[in-house]
Amino acid sequence: MKGMEGDVKIGLEVHVQMTSLKTKLFCGCSSDYRGKEPNTLVCPVCLGLPGSLPVLNKKAVEYAVMAALALNCEISDRMLFFRKNYFYPDLPKNFQITQYDRAGGVPLARNGYLYLDFEGRRRKIRISRIHLEEDPGRLVHLGSIDRSPYTLVDYNRSGVALLEIVTKPDIRSPREARIFLQKLRSILEHLGIFDGGLEGAMRCDANISIAGGTRVEVKNISSFKEVERALSFEITRQRGLLEKGIMVKRETRHWDEARRVTVSLRTKETEQDYRYFPELDLVPVELKEEFIEKVKAEMPELPDKRVERFISQYGLPRYDASVLVSSKALADFFEEAVRLYNKPKEISNWMMSDLLRYLYENNLELHESKITPAKLVEMIKLIDEGVISGKIAKRILPKIIVTGKSPSEIVREEGMVKISDLEFLENLITRIFAENPKAVNDALINEKAAHYLVGQLMKATEGKADPVLSSQLIMKRLEKLRRERGIK
Amino acid sequence: MSRIYELMAAELSDKVRSQEVSAEEHLHSILERIDRVDEKIHAYVTIAREEAIARAREIDKKARRGEKLGLLAGVVVAVKDNICTKGIRTTCSSRMLENFVPPYDATVIERLKTSDAIIIGKTNMDEFAMGSTTETSYFGATRNPWNLDKVPGGSSGGSAAAVIAEEATAALGSDTGGSIRCPASYCSDVGLKPTYGLVSRYGLISYANSLEQIGPITRTVRDCALLLSVISGHDSRDSTSVKIPREDYLKYLISDVKGLRIGLPREFFGEGVEEDAKEPVLEAVGKLEEFGASCCEISIPAMKYALPAYYIIAMSEASSNLARYDGLRYGYRDENDEGNFDEVFSRNRRIGFGAEVRRRIILGTYALSAGYFEQYYLKALKIRTLIRRDFERAFKDVDIIIGPTMPLLPFNIGERIDDPLKLYMCDILTVPANLTGYPALSVPSGFRKSLPVGMQIIGKPFDEGTLLRVAYTFEQNTGYHKYRPPL
Repeated sequence: MKGMEGDVKIGLEVHVQMTSLKTKLFCGCSSDYRGKEPNTLVCPVCLGLPGSLPVLNKKAVEYAVMAALALNCEISDRMLFFRKNYFYPDLPKNFQITQYDRAGGVPLARNGYLYLDFEGRRRKIRISRIHLEEDPGRLVHLGSIDRSPYTLVDYNRSGVALLEIVTKPDIRSPREARIFLQKLRSILEHLGIFDGGLEGAMRCDANISIAGGTRVEVKNISSFKEVERALSFEITRQRGLLEKGIMVKRETRHWDEARRVTVSLRTKETEQDYRYFPELDLVPVELKEEFIEKVKAEMPELPDKRVERFISQYGLPRYDASVLVSSKALADFFEEAVRLYNKPKEISNWMMSDLLRYLYENNLELHESKITPAKLVEMIKLIDEGVISGKIAKRILPKIIVTGKSPSEIVREEGMVKISDLEFLENLITRIFAENPKAVNDALINEKAAHYLVGQLMKATEGKADPVLSSQLIMKRLEKLRRERGIK
Repeated sequence: MSRIYELMAAELSDKVRSQEVSAEEHLHSILERIDRVDEKIHAYVTIAREEAIARAREIDKKARRGEKLGLLAGVVVAVKDNICTKGIRTTCSSRMLENFVPPYDATVIERLKTSDAIIIGKTNMDEFAMGSTTETSYFGATRNPWNLDKVPGGSSGGSAAAVIAEEATAALGSDTGGSIRCPASYCSDVGLKPTYGLVSRYGLISYANSLEQIGPITRTVRDCALLLSVISGHDSRDSTSVKIPREDYLKYLISDVKGLRIGLPREFFGEGVEEDAKEPVLEAVGKLEEFGASCCEISIPAMKYALPAYYIIAMSEASSNLARYDGLRYGYRDENDEGNFDEVFSRNRRIGFGAEVRRRIILGTYALSAGYFEQYYLKALKIRTLIRRDFERAFKDVDIIIGPTMPLLPFNIGERIDDPLKLYMCDILTVPANLTGYPALSVPSGFRKSLPVGMQIIGKPFDEGTLLRVAYTFEQNTGYHKYRPPL
C-alpha cells in the first residue's frame, strides 16, 4: 500500500471570518479591521475589561444557519456557548467564547456534507460540525516568532465572528483538500457572508494520517494555496518515517510558510486542558423551525445550482461551468459579460483560457486585476468586427488586466489594428516566398506546409496581418505557382 | 440641621426637590461624618470628594432652575468597589486592580446618575467579593460599627458598614453567595439580593457570574424599594437581564400580611445554627403571625449539599472570570518582566492576587479539569437543579420562606480567617437563594449580645414586591431600623 494516495486520510478544521458582518460577534465594534490603526476598533467588551458582558450578534446567527443549511447539516434547536480556557496574550479574557459538543453543549450544526467533482469523480466530503466563535486578537512580531525581541498585540480583530467548519477525515490528497476549500469558499461567497479575497479571512488546521501511522495535526495554514503545500510536505515527512520503520508521533505541528516545512509544536502529553464549561453570560438562543425555514427561503442560489444553470442557460460544457462557478467573483464576472454581449461561449473561452491562465501564472485573484466584464466584451467585439485578430487580442488581454485601459485604447496606442491592405500584403508575400524557397517547394506539394509561410507573414507584421486574408492570399499565390510549374 | 446626614433617601430626595435642603449641604454633612468615623470603621477604599461636590452643585442648580429631579435627588450612594465607575478607580479591594480606572459606568451607576443620586465613593469588600467578613481586602479589614472588634460581614462589608454608620444614605452591594445579606444582617441594614436577571450585571466585575446580582443596602425598607425601582429593569448590554416591565416598588410598602403563608425550613433552624441567630427570627415570625400571617414547617432536603455545590460552581466560574487579570493590558504588573508569557502572567497573578483569591482560582481550575469535571462541576450543577426543585415544591404551599440570614452572630476579626472551611460554613443559609436565583432580603430583627441579627426572607422569582411588603410590615411594627451603632 505504501506510496499510494489511497492510504492518506485528511480532515480539515476551517476557520472562516464572516466578513460581511458589520460588527463583531459580541459587541458593536466594527469588524472591518484590515489596515486600521491598531487597537482602535475596540470597546470594553472585546477588550475583556472587568465588568463587561457579551451580547450575541443576531445577524451572525442567521449567517451561520445559512452556512449550515448550504452544507446540508442538521441544525441544533438552540445555540449554547462555552468557554475555552487558556492563557495567551491574543485572548483578552484568557478564554475564548466558542461552542462545544460535550458536557451538555451542542454545536450549531452537525452531520453535513459537500460533493466535490474531482478528477472526473464525484466525492462526498462529510462535515462533522459547524460552530460559531470569536476570533482572538492579532500578535505582531518583528521578523520570525522565535527571534522577535517583542510581541505587539492588536485587539482590532478580537471578537470578530468566526465559523469553524470541521470535516470528517474524508479527504484523500492535498489537491483534494485545496478543491474542497475552493468549493467551500465559493459556497460561502455565494451566501454573501464572506469575502475570501481578504487576507486571513479563511484559515485552516489539518489532521493527516497515513495508514499504519498516527494522526498529526498541522496548524497555521493561512490559505487554500498553502494547504496543498503544507499537506504535501507533511505526507512526504510521514512516509519517510514509515519507510524507515519509525513511528509517527501523535503531535501538533506548525506550518512555517516561509520555510515551507512543518515543525513540532507540542506532543500529546503536553496538550492543553481547555476546561470547557458553559458561558453563562449568554443565554441559550432557541433556533425555532420558523426561523430556520425563513433563512432557508431567503437563501441565494448556491454554486451547484449555478453550474447546472450555466450548462442549460448558456450551453457551456460542465467542466467550463464548474471552473467559472468555482469562484463567485468569476461567475459574476461571466454573467455580467454575457449580459453586455450575448456570446456566452466566446466569453467563457476567453475567461477559461487566457484570463484564468494569466491570473494563475501571476498568482492573482480576479479582484486584484483591473479587467472588467465591459472591457473583456469590448475586446471580443473588436475581434468580431474584424478590427483586431485573435492573436492580437491574446497580446492585449494581459495589458488590460494590468493597466485597466480599454482595449480600443491599447489597440490605438500600439498600432495593433489588423492589416488588410492587399497591395502591402502581396508585396510582403513576394518577399517571403523569395526568402524561403525550400518552404515554398514543400508547400507546393504539401498543403499543410503552407502554415509555415502564413506564420512568417504574421511574424513579419507582428501578428497584425488579417489571418484569414493572409492565408487566402498565400494559397492563391501557391496555386498560381503550381499552375506555372505544372504541379497538380 | 447639623445632623442631616441621618436623613433617609426617601426623605432627603423630597427635601432636595423642594429645596428645603441643598444636595451640597447634605453632602458636606456626610463628608464630615466620614471624616469623623471612617478612620475607625474603614468602610471606604476611595472617596470621590471632588466629583461628588460637583454633582451636588449640578443637582442644586437643576432644583433652582425648577427642573424635574429624579427619584434619588441628592441621595448620597456608596458603591461597592467591584461595580465599575467611570473615572473613579474600581479595585475589587485587590492589589491586582489597585490602579484600575474604568472607562465606563456600570448600568446601575448610569441609572443612579440619571435619578440624580450622588456617588460618594467606593466601599471596601473582600478581595474580588470572595469572603464573608471583608477581611481579605488588600486595603485592610472593615470593622463592624456596632462593635469595632467584630467583622461587619462580607463581602459587601464596606457598603453595609457605611450605611449604618451614616457615612452614606444608601449603598450598592453585590451578592454571589450572601454578600449583601450577610453584612446587612451583621450591620443591621436592609439588604436585598434581587432575582437573578432583575438588575443588570453590566459593569459588575464578575466573581461567579451565574450566581451574582447587584442589590441595595439601606437603613429602611422604603429606601430599599426606592433604590430597587431605580436600578432594576432590562438592559440590552446584559443578556441575562430579563425583559419585564420596570416596576415602582414603593407601591408594595403596605403594612399588611393578612393571609400570608410563611414557610420555615427545618434546615434553616437545625444543626449548626446558633440559638442567638434563631431566636430573634422566631420572635419576628411570631410578630408576623400576630398581624395575620400563618406559618408552617417545610423542608429543603437538598440543602445539605448546597454549600459544596455553591463553592464548586463559584470557584469554577471564578477561575475563568479572573483569568483576564494577567497584567498585560491593565492591573498589577511586576517590575520584573523576564520570561515567556506563562512566566510573566504567573508572576503578576501570584503577587497581584491575595491568598483567598488564589485558593479559589486553584480549586476552581481543579474542578473544571479533565477527569474531575463530571465529578465536581457537573455534579454541582445537578445539585443546583435539585435545590431549585425543592424550592419550587416548597413555594407551592407557601408565599415566602423565612429563616435567619446568618447561622451565628458577628464574630471577632481574625477569628475564622485562617480556617476557610469554618468561614465557608457561614454562607450556609444564604447560598440557596443564589443557586436558585430567587430573591432574598435581610431585614434587622433585633439584637443579641448587643449585636444585630437579620431575618432572611426568600421569595418566588420576581416577587420582590412580597418581600418588601413583609419586611415593611415587620419594620413598621417593631422599629429595629431606628437603632444606630454607638459611634
